[in-house]
Amino acid sequence: MAAIVSALFIGALFGFGLAVSEMIDPARVIGFLDVTGRWDPTLLFVMGGALAVTVPGFPLILRRVRPLLAEFFVLPTRSKLDGSLIAGAIVFGIGWGIAGFCPGPALAALSSGSPGVALFVVAMIAGQWAGSLLEQRP
Amino acid sequence: MNEPNIIGGLLGGALIGLASALLLLLNGRIAGISGILGGVIKSNVPGERVWRVAFILGLVGGAALDALIRGGLPLRMQTAGPMLIFAGLLVGFGTRLGSGCTSGHGVCGLARRSPRSLVATMIFMIVAALTVFLTRHYF
Repeated sequence: MAAIVSALFIGALFGFGLAVSEMIDPARVIGFLDVTGRWDPTLLFVMGGALAVTVPGFPLILRRVRPLLAEFFVLPTRSKLDGSLIAGAIVFGIGWGIAGFCPGPALAALSSGSPGVALFVVAMIAGQWAGSLLEQRP
Repeated sequence: MNEPNIIGGLLGGALIGLASALLLLLNGRIAGISGILGGVIKSNVPGERVWRVAFILGLVGGAALDALIRGGLPLRMQTAGPMLIFAGLLVGFGTRLGSGCTSGHGVCGLARRSPRSLVATMIFMIVAALTVFLTRHYF
């Protein structure tokens, strides 16, 4: 139960951060990606602000034997640079460049009630589902 | 055109980083939004689903709180209709295939010094910038 409440509050902190940094605005994201246009560096400051906390924070946290509200840490185990990683990053990059939405900002922007955002999120979930079918093949 | 929002960017970024660190410290999980969402769709373990849904509800609520404070959200859609759907499909499919997005690979993976995350982050940044160049300046 405690872990569920903490997920709710941490999600809220994350969503608040996405809104404060204006990363939920696709025009900001496209402005950053548009390196040959009038470049908007805001996303770089967002990444910098986040990494300033996680880069020193993660190793300190991972020194612990277990997290505070769960039995163990659940961390990615794969370490190989495989074709799916590279192909997936390319496909994601194309979609991100077209719409200016990545998954976190798109979900957080649902709070605006914009039908366009809802349409994007439904398509994104359908895309994830299609990807998971591919994954399950032997 | 946009004036850079340096203060909002740094502050919002630090909050995102803090949330990611707290999710690791308290729940022992990586704050990768595509992965959290993917687990809601795919997971068949009941306990796995609830915290993910709670996190996503929080994500929406947190943005709504900022909308209340500033009286609306900055949201300028860049595409619509079939292109928006196409982009959504690509983002969903690509993050699933590539095991992560801007938060999981970018914010958390780089902090874990994961070579996979470094490669993925460089690729999707470069490909997205190329896509913007082609769609905005070429075609």
